[in-house]
Amino acid sequence: MKFGFTKEEWERIIEILEREPNEIEVGIFKLNWSEHCSYKTSKIFLRELPTNSDRLILGIGENAGVLKLKDNYVISFKVESHNHPSAIEPFNGSATGVGGIVRDILSTGLRPIALLDSLRFGNYRSSKTRTLLDGVVRGISFYGNSIGVPVVAGEVYFEECYEDNPIVNVMCVGIGKIYDVRSSIAKGIGNSIIIFGNLTGRDGIGGAAFASEVLKDQEDLSAIQIADPFTEKLLIEAISEIVKFKELIAIQDLGAGGLSTAIPEMARKGNLGIKLYLDKVPVRSKDMKPIEILLSESQERMLICVEKGSEEKFFKVFEKWNLNYAVIAELIEEKKFLVYYNNNLLGDIPIDRMFDVPLRIYSIKTPHVKKENFEVLSKNYNYGEVLLKLISSENLCSRFSIYEQYDYMVGTDTILEPGYGDCTVLRIKDEDFGIAVKIDGNGRYIYLDPYEGSKIAVYECARNLSTVGAIPIGITDNINFPNPEIEENYYYFKPMVEGLRDSAKKLNIPFISGNVSLYNESSKSRIYPTITIGMVGLVENIENVRRLKIYENDSIYLVGKMEGNIGGSEFLKVLFNFVGGNLDKVDDDFEIKLQRSIIHLVKNGIASFVKDISEGGILIAISEALINQNKGASLFNLRESLEFLFGEWQSRYIIFTSKNEELEDFLKSQNITFLEIGKVKENTLEFLGYKIEIENLRKFYFRNLIPQKGDRD
Amino acid sequence: MIKAGVVVFPGSNCDRDVYYALKKLNFDVDFVFHKEKNIFNYRLIVLPGGFSYGDYLRPGAIAKFSPIMESIYEFIEKEMGLLLGICNGFQILTEANILEGGLLRNVNNRFICKLIEIKVINNDSPFTKYYEKGEILKIPIAHSDGRYFHENPKSLYKDNLVCFEYVDNPNGSIMNIAGILNRKFNVLGLMPHPERRFDGILSEGSKDGYRLFKSIYDFLK
Repeated sequence: MKFGFTKEEWERIIEILEREPNEIEVGIFKLNWSEHCSYKTSKIFLRELPTNSDRLILGIGENAGVLKLKDNYVISFKVESHNHPSAIEPFNGSATGVGGIVRDILSTGLRPIALLDSLRFGNYRSSKTRTLLDGVVRGISFYGNSIGVPVVAGEVYFEECYEDNPIVNVMCVGIGKIYDVRSSIAKGIGNSIIIFGNLTGRDGIGGAAFASEVLKDQEDLSAIQIADPFTEKLLIEAISEIVKFKELIAIQDLGAGGLSTAIPEMARKGNLGIKLYLDKVPVRSKDMKPIEILLSESQERMLICVEKGSEEKFFKVFEKWNLNYAVIAELIEEKKFLVYYNNNLLGDIPIDRMFDVPLRIYSIKTPHVKKENFEVLSKNYNYGEVLLKLISSENLCSRFSIYEQYDYMVGTDTILEPGYGDCTVLRIKDEDFGIAVKIDGNGRYIYLDPYEGSKIAVYECARNLSTVGAIPIGITDNINFPNPEIEENYYYFKPMVEGLRDSAKKLNIPFISGNVSLYNESSKSRIYPTITIGMVGLVENIENVRRLKIYENDSIYLVGKMEGNIGGSEFLKVLFNFVGGNLDKVDDDFEIKLQRSIIHLVKNGIASFVKDISEGGILIAISEALINQNKGASLFNLRESLEFLFGEWQSRYIIFTSKNEELEDFLKSQNITFLEIGKVKENTLEFLGYKIEIENLRKFYFRNLIPQKGDRD
Repeated sequence: MIKAGVVVFPGSNCDRDVYYALKKLNFDVDFVFHKEKNIFNYRLIVLPGGFSYGDYLRPGAIAKFSPIMESIYEFIEKEMGLLLGICNGFQILTEANILEGGLLRNVNNRFICKLIEIKVINNDSPFTKYYEKGEILKIPIAHSDGRYFHENPKSLYKDNLVCFEYVDNPNGSIMNIAGILNRKFNVLGLMPHPERRFDGILSEGSKDGYRLFKSIYDFLK
């Protein structure tokens, strides 16, 4: 294996070039054919995913997809991982992760308006986890707050398998008008490519190749990039100005692989060739070698393609915002990627075939996963104590100690804040509609059952949106995966993606962007295949959201499925440290009907508040809603069984209402099962003979996950 | 119409939020770039929240050298209108010695974004005339460096310069101080963000920030 290429890859390169590559060309192929940039292992599966929609403006293949929202408004969103860098340097690793995904959205021409994060760490009690958690959250906080894009939602889970490989997935959402949208397709022979933003330095050289390797126990700091959110903020302002120029043809961000991947990609999409002049690139240090300039992954840099002769107009904006800039490339007719330095031709690759990486397929073996249920289930429990234990456990307690480090209000559009409901809602100023956003996933479910587990991830996200009456319009996904070359791991890929495909088709929503992170594995631990789903829904009337509130004397209904399994639950994990059993399954048609009914109930004001039942089960869901709104309740009709109380059955909601008759009539007409299980009262939660003060429940729930000297309650 | 200017430093990020609030109140609002020197047609100047110059060195430490600042000194000295500094704006004003004291790192060394309660101490200023003395307002904070310090805070109280106090001090500010005036009463700096509780549409529905802007508007009318 020469330069780390497989035999097949090396032969393919020679076939494409009709000769052996030189050093520069090896670098170019190395980066473009890295797993990170080429998706050579996942592509054959990902083709299965539905990507079409009436709303579609830009789809897969762009930096991020764009959908029509309403009227002239369009929306873009994408989730991306920064797992490997965060494992080594949590602060800069997560911060640059935010920067990267924000620039993906900027590449569509739209203004970023929200960020969401999905995090996984190892055992909460380990010192390594504490260090990573603190660093990652500070990194996201530092970057997101500084650029003025609110972090409005997120999730975090702790599980041993993530001990050496934390997951840091960040999603960005951008909104704008349809005429601001740009693609990354460079067009027009002779047109100029301008680089702007930060100077190009030696940081992060080879990062994409690094992200594609199993994390070595040896730390590799040379591949880590340094975060500069101040410059990113200036990029946001500059781009908001230049999208108004009709001479702006295309935008492309510089991410993994730097110029070596972004430059040829822009040209190939436009079916053209390109000449790159490395000596024109503004650099941090004059003695940088051409290959270092070519492969550098310095952050906060962007490319644009502009009409020849219009460059000055753009320079003025960059000067206003103190950004470095230079014309560094030119589009040509001949379909080649030509790399020059001081008039010397250093690289010459046919552009049509340079992305033609041999795809990888590995053999599979079914892994052994504990399916049997845990025996202890018959024992008698003090359900009150179990509830307190669960609600203060690290996977179920409040996330305030994280989201309070994020500026979730900047922009003054966050009308349903993190922690309040099952998703976050943002308004669009001076319009009556808005959007609901959610990020969600559960690695344990997928580990236990890849097909059902990934279906649950998609359905649950949509279920969360339905609690505010939002109709889902699109998905973005991040597949976080261990080493695919290991047969028991590779087994997961196919059923996992099929689960995504089938659920999205049922919901009739497209995947508009996504990301795959492989090799999240060390010599000591291997992550569960973990899918992060990001979803956006349209809220047709935000007034419906503003009145969602629990009222005194409301009746409480359990709506949806009335039977299910307890496998994979937090109950089994927290009480017995047991991961196994049969996962609960989703009946697709029932789920779709149920979600549509909930949207109807919210829109028509029949439900006063709706809560999805997920991790932890029914008692946890009710407690969370009551704590957040400072209400109590008296519950009845509960079954005295662990499966009922702590099972994580799918397709279930808690509905609070004062319109019992209307609710019951509607649910009956839809053939949806329901059960009245309580009434809202003041101050206490009463169930099955237990009585817990809400104030007490609150103390357990508001556990500070990142305690710090000087913290206030 | 009353002209208002929202100053945009590189790194400002609450500029658009304040602009929106002022616009809703019928101010004739402009964004004013930090290189602008002619600001004398405005009656209200706002230094918004954010991270001017990336908070390099210290929050506000570089912004105070921006070209616009010379004109701002003159604007205040000649009492040509009102100046409001919110969050990073407050930090810039203390760095520029337009307001007394300084803003240090939060005592827990973290960024804190939270809806909190503040108490109105002085309601006899152009900024606070629609609040009751002692009234508790719900207005959020979002900062890492909000710990107010003054070597002689009692002197501020003596001259009625303290406008707001935290009810449950979130950042370790001396005497719970959240916002102060200058001695001419034409400058207010505060860490909480009134523009984030302007129209009652966000979250729990407080619009306690509205009256601050309304007070300014009616004072200048």
